[in-house]
Amino acid sequence: MTEHLRQPLDRQTMANRLAMEFHDGWVVNLGIGIPTLCSNFVHPDRHVVFQSENGLVNYGPLAERGEEDPNLVNAGGQYVVEMAGMAILDHADSFALIRAGYVDVTVLGAYEVAANGDFANWKVAGAKGGGIGGAMDLAVGAKNVFLALEHTTRDGKPRLVERCALPVTAVGVVKLVATNLGLFEITEQGFVLTEIAPGYTPEDVQAVTGAPLTVSPELREFARVS
Amino acid sequence: MREKVYPDFAAAVADIPDGASIMLAGFAGPGTARNLIAALYRQGAKGLTLISNTPGRWQDDRVDSGLLVKEGRVAKVHAAFTASPHPSVPSPFTDLYEAGKIEAELMPQGTLAERIRAAGAGIAAFYTPTGVGTEMADGKETRVFGGREYVLETALHADYAFVRARRADRFGNLQYHRTQRNFGPVMARAAKVTIVEVDEPVVEEGDIDPDHVHTPGIFVDRIVAVPPDGIQEVPPER
Repeated sequence: MTEHLRQPLDRQTMANRLAMEFHDGWVVNLGIGIPTLCSNFVHPDRHVVFQSENGLVNYGPLAERGEEDPNLVNAGGQYVVEMAGMAILDHADSFALIRAGYVDVTVLGAYEVAANGDFANWKVAGAKGGGIGGAMDLAVGAKNVFLALEHTTRDGKPRLVERCALPVTAVGVVKLVATNLGLFEITEQGFVLTEIAPGYTPEDVQAVTGAPLTVSPELREFARVS
Repeated sequence: MREKVYPDFAAAVADIPDGASIMLAGFAGPGTARNLIAALYRQGAKGLTLISNTPGRWQDDRVDSGLLVKEGRVAKVHAAFTASPHPSVPSPFTDLYEAGKIEAELMPQGTLAERIRAAGAGIAAFYTPTGVGTEMADGKETRVFGGREYVLETALHADYAFVRARRADRFGNLQYHRTQRNFGPVMARAAKVTIVEVDEPVVEEGDIDPDHVHTPGIFVDRIVAVPPDGIQEVPPER
């Protein structure tokens, strides 16, 4: 009998896979956490433009120690370096471009994502306060909303669900989801499993998913950057 | 003409009364008028309403709105966060809020920016697609334009704005450096009295090229240059 070793995907592999979907020339906005790792993926022939909600357009990678400009940070408060062609906007103009659809894709983290494309990422169960930041504006403004999240909570509950139990960030906007177990498109049929982590079967993934999965006829192993 | 350059931070905030509403520029550090916030803390005003991206962190002695919150001087905040932006980093606000000791209005960050922009642009209210179908639209008027639903949001005004910029001339024309700009330009227009701290010594009128002014001086009332021993922006230890 062949031994199938189950290998959940690491965060960088999840981020790389979503970044592989970025088209040449796209304006890309990355949320905090796993999404930020998308900027480590550099495609040989495609150039993307990174935009940050605090008014940065076309900024560069994270600053090395000693080269930080105290007044140049990304949305996560990390120091970044400037690039030739960079521009600065005030906050109202930055969100104007976000709402008006000039961002081609935003990659965000989430607590829950639903089969109808709703997602929740600003308030945890039982809390009075929440942290919305720019997520609601990005979710309704970006042409594409991708999510990167762990497939289950720490105590094993599904994060991919039929309907969100937590307060939603936006309604019906999510198109593509990468988890540590696979890649999922959201269509009229709900979640469609298109790529799967090594050693897992669709039944394994379904067992920890809170909504019915449609398995793509072209299902393949989760694509990695070679 | 009225003198806008003030000798020190204490003089610039001396008249701020209890119960004032204050917009605080700044995002993740850059653009935060830390010296003015510290001066207001020493001045003693209380029952304040603060309008800012977050209710502050007051971490590692880095002065921000969290100092005023922690000291019980704030009655209400309007912000895009009523939980800590980073769950691992506690904020003084969170405990007070969960205990019901401070009021808050939470809203999306773009809605916050646009409500402030509207106040400084003579606009009473606007329709935004942000927040439709979420708790943020609860109790608010919605309307469909071109087949898409929008929610009505109103302008957000304030008595004062605290802004940090790189450079000012004596008329109050401002230049910001990089992401220091963030909420500065819109808050300077939305508040009745805008107070600015600048990194560099104040220059003469004409020293800033008119094409390179980010905030025109008509929106600026008081200017204080940050002295060498003031609170500077420096990269954190890592």
